[in-house]
Order: sequence, then C-alpha cells, then structure tokens
Amino acid sequence: MTFFTELGRYLLLIKGMFSRPENTKMYWKELMHQCAEIGLGALGIVVIISFFMGAVSALQTAYQLTNPLFPKSTIAQIVRDTVILEFAPTLVCIVLAGVIGSKIASELGNMRVTEQIDALEIMGINTKTYLVLPKILAGLLMIPMLVIIAAALGIWGGKVAGVMSGVLAPNIYDQGLLENFLPYNVFFALSKAYTFAFLISSIPAYYGYYVQGGSLEIGRASTKAVVVSCVAILFADYLLAALLLQ
Amino acid sequence: MIEVKNIKKSFGEKVIVNDVSVKMDDGKCNLIIGTSGSGKTVFMKCLVGLFEPDNGEILYDGRNFLSMTVEEKKDIRKQIGMLFQGSALFDSLTVEQNIMFPLNMFTTENHSNKIKRANEVLERVNLEGANKKFPAELSGGMKKRVGIARAIVLNPKYLFCDEPNSGLDPQTSLVIDKLIQEITVEYNITTVINTHDMNSVMEIGDHIMYLHQGLKEWEGTNKEIIYSKSEMLNEFIFASEFLRDAKDMRMLEESGKIDNDRNMEDIMNVEGPIIPPNDKENS
Repeated sequence: MTFFTELGRYLLLIKGMFSRPENTKMYWKELMHQCAEIGLGALGIVVIISFFMGAVSALQTAYQLTNPLFPKSTIAQIVRDTVILEFAPTLVCIVLAGVIGSKIASELGNMRVTEQIDALEIMGINTKTYLVLPKILAGLLMIPMLVIIAAALGIWGGKVAGVMSGVLAPNIYDQGLLENFLPYNVFFALSKAYTFAFLISSIPAYYGYYVQGGSLEIGRASTKAVVVSCVAILFADYLLAALLLQ
Repeated sequence: MIEVKNIKKSFGEKVIVNDVSVKMDDGKCNLIIGTSGSGKTVFMKCLVGLFEPDNGEILYDGRNFLSMTVEEKKDIRKQIGMLFQGSALFDSLTVEQNIMFPLNMFTTENHSNKIKRANEVLERVNLEGANKKFPAELSGGMKKRVGIARAIVLNPKYLFCDEPNSGLDPQTSLVIDKLIQEITVEYNITTVINTHDMNSVMEIGDHIMYLHQGLKEWEGTNKEIIYSKSEMLNEFIFASEFLRDAKDMRMLEESGKIDNDRNMEDIMNVEGPIIPPNDKENS
C-alpha cells in the first residue's frame, strides 16, 4: 500500500469519527475509561523516566560546565530549559508512543480480528466514533498533563541529583530556575504535547482498526504503529521547532 | 422477510458472489450452505451491510437496504441480531454487561429493567447464574449461547448466525440448533444461518440455499435435499459413506418402507429382507 493510500485512509478514519453519538452517556463512560487507561496506565513510567531524565541532565551539565566564570545556577537554567523544551514533551511522548500506542493498536486489532468491531457495526454503532474518538480525546486530555508532570518531576530530579552529589546548593538551584525564565517555552512545550498526543493516539488507532488476519498481524500492526508514531513525533518536533522557535 | 435480488460482489477481479437471488421468510431457519470459499460469509456480510455489493438489491420487508441513508440503515441494524462464528463477545465485559450493551446503547429503560431483561434472555438460553462471568471463563457452547442472548435482547426481526456450530461437539451443536430454531419460531424472526454442519441442514433447514463458487446452485427444504439430483450438492452434503447411508435410510423412512422410530435391533431381528421383494425389484 502506498504512502498516499495509507494517508488517505487515515484521514478518512479521522473524518469518520465525527458523527452524532448514539448514546452520549455510553460515550462519556468510554471516554472516562480511556482517560483512566491512558493517564493512570502511563503515570508510573512517566514518573520514573522524568525524574531520572532531570537528574542525569543536571549531573552531565555540571560535568561539562567546568569554567569557573559560569555561575552554578546556570546548571539549573540548562536543566529547566532542556526539560521543558525537549525532554518532557519529546522524550516522554516517544516513550508514551510505545506504552499507549501499542496498547491502542493491539486492543483495536484484537477487536477487529475477533469480530467485536463487526458486532458493534451490526448493532448500528459508528465504531470510529465509539472506539477511536474517545481514545484520541483521552490522549489529548491526559498526555499534556503527563508532560506537565514530567517537566515538574524532571526539574525536581535535577535538584535532588545536584544537591545529593554536592554539585550545587538547593537555594542556588532554585535561584537558577527563576533566572531568564521564558513563559513562551511552556507554551511551546504544550503545543508539542498536544500535537504529539494526537499522533500517539490516532496513528496506532488507524493501524489497529484496519488490522486484517490473526494474532501475528496484530503484533505487526502494533510494532508498525509504534515505529510510525515515533517517526511522526520526531518529524513534527522538527517542524514545530522550525515554526515556533524563530 | 428478506428478499435478495441479483446480488453481486467481487474483490478486484475475483467475483465472490455472482447474481444471487433468494427470498427468506419470517419464522423460518434459512440456511446458506456451501464449501469453504463458496461465498457464504461474503453473502451474509453483504446482507448485514458489512460489505457493499457491486449491484443488486437487498429488501428488508420491502425496503431496499442499499439505497437507505446512514440513519435509516442504523434503524434497520437495530432490528438485526447476529451470532458470530467466534461469538464476538466483548472481552472486558461480563456476560451480563455484554447482554446489556445493546440495551444501554439504544434504550432508555432504567437499570433494574435492563437487568431483568438480561436475566430473561439468559434464562431463555439456559444460562441462569452466569451473569458475572467473563467470556474467558466460558466454554465454546456457553459463549455461543451468550452470543444468541445478546443477539435477541432487543427483540430483533432478523437473526444472522455465522457458523453457529463451528468448534462445538455434536451434542452441543444440537442444543444450539434447537435453541435457534425455537427462538426463530417463538419470536417469528427471519433467521439466516451460514453452516457446514449437515446435522443442522437436516434438522433445522426450513429453507436451504446451496452456493457453489459464488453461484446459487440449488434451493429447497431439508425434505427436498434428500431427493436432489444435483451432483455437486450430493457430493457436498453426502460426502462420506456414513452420510450416504443416512440419506438412504431417510429416503426409505420418507417412503414408508422402514420406520426409523423402531428400535434398530427389532428391524435387524426380522427374518428375511426388510424391503419386500416386490419393492426391491421395482427399486
């Protein structure tokens, strides 16, 4: 299948999601279920990754910043900006593409292969609206929150590592966090988070929804969904940096 | 009643269903039989709207399904129940939640009424007390019965069953067949069944259509199938020696030459030929 055929089918899937729900209460229930699955399901890994990401970034910055002319508070600035601009939105979203993306693709793929999607269709339910839309909406609601948590924990991790290793004092770190702070960076990070959230949830949904075959194909679709999501995230990351960081 | 007129469906160059027309009446089990790859499943998927035929008409009580708007199709689909080959139960939901799913989606009944209705249909399929079990905890036959319960919970006018006996032992197959037949008569449903199971053909085939390479080769009842002269059909239905013997026995029984209700040992103990000599000469 060519790239344009796949892109066309993907866009048609997105377009097909927008129809009137058969029963708003059931759709709301499904949305809440997906929010819990995506948000709480990925919280643990996000906490661990972001803490160590900040910690390692603080120690490596301190290792490279040997010139005595630079104040120690610069370490905090560098940690803050790298975590907010790149690590929290991009690195965490790439991890989430693996965690959430494979889950979405395999769940939908399994439903397709075991004819559960057909069963819903025959009941008169728009499966794109009922199965795909709540996942994308849940992704758009929960992933930016996870990115915010990741940024906060990453910065805190940097402080813990810096203080525990004796690189800098806690008050110096706090002082450095406030120096030259640009609120626009947070806007940029959130723009990336929303864009990546859409990609992380919609691309695996596409691959899962259109699976044909058996368990082997579900596995393949799941892997492909993660790979394509990661590439799409990196591409979008470059595009957003080029557009928004002028 | 479902009326199909000149349905054709192809995938690329390959024609899967070719110009098939058939009428399926209310209160009857309409069986579609044929070898693997003969187009049975594609034909059924065209009927329920999972595939769009290339041409032809599908009339549900006189209304053409193919020319309906999306909303009209949704209304028809609410009157359709379907039992899938693998049951297609929702893994993450209990038996009760599976059965209540269509009720939750399409009715405004209160919770206790929905539970009551779920229990009614569970009782109808002899699965009382299985409410809180998950599909993974059920046997193949139980899954099929839950699938039937879910299919009939909204009192459908049309019931579609894709290979309802696949993977089941002969005894459980009989139970499922009887259940489908009883429900069909009880609710006056138009039931369409895709099957390979010859027992089903002989037991519940009120109306049978035989498909071969996408074409309708034969149509009739389970009584008529025994006397069919179609070679292809006979090769398919009475493939084994055992089934050919069973056919002969059924023919003898139908013509009143033997009484199959008698104990076979009694028949065997009768001295001399079972068929009177005159009849034997004639045959």
